[in-house]
Amino acid sequence: MTVEKTAILQGFPRSPDVLLALLHALQRANPQNYLTPEDLRLAAEYLGLPLSRVHDAVTFYTMFSLRPRGRHILRVCGSPTCHLGGAGSVLAELERKLGIKAGETTPDGLFTLEVTSCLGVCGVAPVMMVDEEVVGNLTPKRVREILRRLREEG
Amino acid sequence: MRPARAHVLVAVDEEARLSGVERVLAALRAALAELGLAEEVQVVETGTLGISGRGVVLAIYPDGVFYGGVRPEDVREIAEVHLLKGRPVERLRLPIAAPVARPGEILGRQTRVVLRRVGVIDPENIEEYIAQGGYEALAKILFQMKPEEVIEEVRRAGLRGRGGAGFPTGLKWAAVRSAPGSEKYVICNADEGEPGTFKDRLILEGDPHRILEAMTIAGYAVGARLGIVYVRGEYTLSIRRLARAIEQARAYGLLGENILESGFSFDIEVRPGAGAYVCGEETALLESLEGKRGWPRIRPPYPVTYGLWGKPTVVNNVETLANVPDILIRGAAWYRTLGTPTCPGTKVYTVLGHVRFPGLVEVEMGTPLRTLIYELGGGLRDGRALKAVLIGGAAGAFLTPEDLDVPLDFDSLAGRAAVLGSGAVLVMDETTCIVDMLGSILRFFQHESCGQCVPCRAGTDLLVRLWEGVQCGKAGADTLARMTEIVEAMRLSSLCPLGQSLALPVRSALENFREEFLAHAQGEPCERCRSQGGAT
Repeated sequence: MTVEKTAILQGFPRSPDVLLALLHALQRANPQNYLTPEDLRLAAEYLGLPLSRVHDAVTFYTMFSLRPRGRHILRVCGSPTCHLGGAGSVLAELERKLGIKAGETTPDGLFTLEVTSCLGVCGVAPVMMVDEEVVGNLTPKRVREILRRLREEG
Repeated sequence: MRPARAHVLVAVDEEARLSGVERVLAALRAALAELGLAEEVQVVETGTLGISGRGVVLAIYPDGVFYGGVRPEDVREIAEVHLLKGRPVERLRLPIAAPVARPGEILGRQTRVVLRRVGVIDPENIEEYIAQGGYEALAKILFQMKPEEVIEEVRRAGLRGRGGAGFPTGLKWAAVRSAPGSEKYVICNADEGEPGTFKDRLILEGDPHRILEAMTIAGYAVGARLGIVYVRGEYTLSIRRLARAIEQARAYGLLGENILESGFSFDIEVRPGAGAYVCGEETALLESLEGKRGWPRIRPPYPVTYGLWGKPTVVNNVETLANVPDILIRGAAWYRTLGTPTCPGTKVYTVLGHVRFPGLVEVEMGTPLRTLIYELGGGLRDGRALKAVLIGGAAGAFLTPEDLDVPLDFDSLAGRAAVLGSGAVLVMDETTCIVDMLGSILRFFQHESCGQCVPCRAGTDLLVRLWEGVQCGKAGADTLARMTEIVEAMRLSSLCPLGQSLALPVRSALENFREEFLAHAQGEPCERCRSQGGAT
């Protein structure tokens, strides 16, 4: 176990109700944005829970992943309000430009494309989250600009 | 320091942040300093001003002028032309019909109770909340009312849950108070996931102390010592402002041990969710708070007797709680002067879609849809005609122009087989394909079904497949009948409201727009569906 992970664990009380918050923290610390088998084992041991119970929770919530994800995570809102605003063409453009389908990661490990439920910023639909940032009023053209910018940043 | 001559209220909410409000603020402060106005013009960062889709929005008082789409490079002009020379900058000015309201100068037909301070105070400053009557209700009840009297006042006010179901809040509190056990909890459900809804986010961002005060009052009333706000993990600004508000309230002795030296102790924690629509259902939320997957529980027992960790628990929606302080200060009789006899008070809506002024509005219960769309929303864009309104979110119902005069409250809508739900009003013009919209709803439910009970897990999946047949013209009238049968089975046998409520959008869409569905099913799809059918 790394020093960093020990520090993360010790930031939480040993109480089963902190499981989700603890998993959020472990996932954030991983540059590949996912939970490793070791993470799950550590969380289970630290909180005194069966490993199956931790696995059970992780596989339920969309914000957790058990597979390595790209450096940037693009989450396109697929809710009816964004749909009415043209989210379909935004997602299609992303899939075309990245050469992957929703739920997949580009072979170079740069992008993961996901569809999310309502992000609650419907006034500027269609919307997606680029990592932690919300971007609205999307069009296929704006999508191409965003991808170009992210590629330049690497 | 002398009072400011003018105030610039800048809406800082999630939408403004993504439009670059931080840079606008910096430019504004720099411009005011440069023009020597820093002393006489006060810049206030506040919550939403009720205007959506217009980028950075700010309001200048006492003039009551609203600007939208403000960029850093526009700020110098506003400062010089408006604040120095007193002439509004017309090119950035928002039309007066925008859904905005200020106390005492209501524009349109809004009645603001819950949103009274949103867009008025700085939500990160507890003193502004206190200066506007904040924490008065808490002080009053702690020293002048017994817990039973607090519950009685809320019950007499007729407050009903604003999360969707409309259950009387006073009854819920009374049930928790009388439930056996000394350990009880108050939970604020801020897991707002209903598509097209963000009223709770804007309340939390714009007036977080109101929720803390209300939860503390609820705690006193039911005999709890701990409150938890379960908030969507994606709502980063709400989480930050709540955490800050809690810190401030503790520092002022309004939260924590021995509040205002009354002998009553209560504290509040914030817990972010992890992305699951079903966790807005109260028993799924409780499971999630216990660190488990958010599977709804079988009810009864209800949370009022068996809630968090099996203890009696109040679960109230953000907007419901936001009504509580005003009820206790101004009394149940005052509250009943608002709204309808069976649904007193106001309701907050997000009016979205093809309207000219999308945004957040608060009106009395019973206000018809027509007012929301044509007065507060400014009517439809580009002079188009209204085709349908999806009310209540994805788990809501499709209404038609014939329904425009139905009063919006829990009871009148139930008569139309619709629900008020979360207050989402999605307006669709004549260019919208209802088949396509229903598809988006069905895919949403397929994705968000938690998979625990069979009717919902299998039903949502079957519905998407049947719908695909309809969209690409490989179906008939019997397919539509089959879809109706499935949602009826789901309504009767699903474990929680997620599966039960899908009957609303499906039945209302198929009944009100039957011709359109039949045309698609029998091989005459609209342009939009034809192009999509070709692509898949």
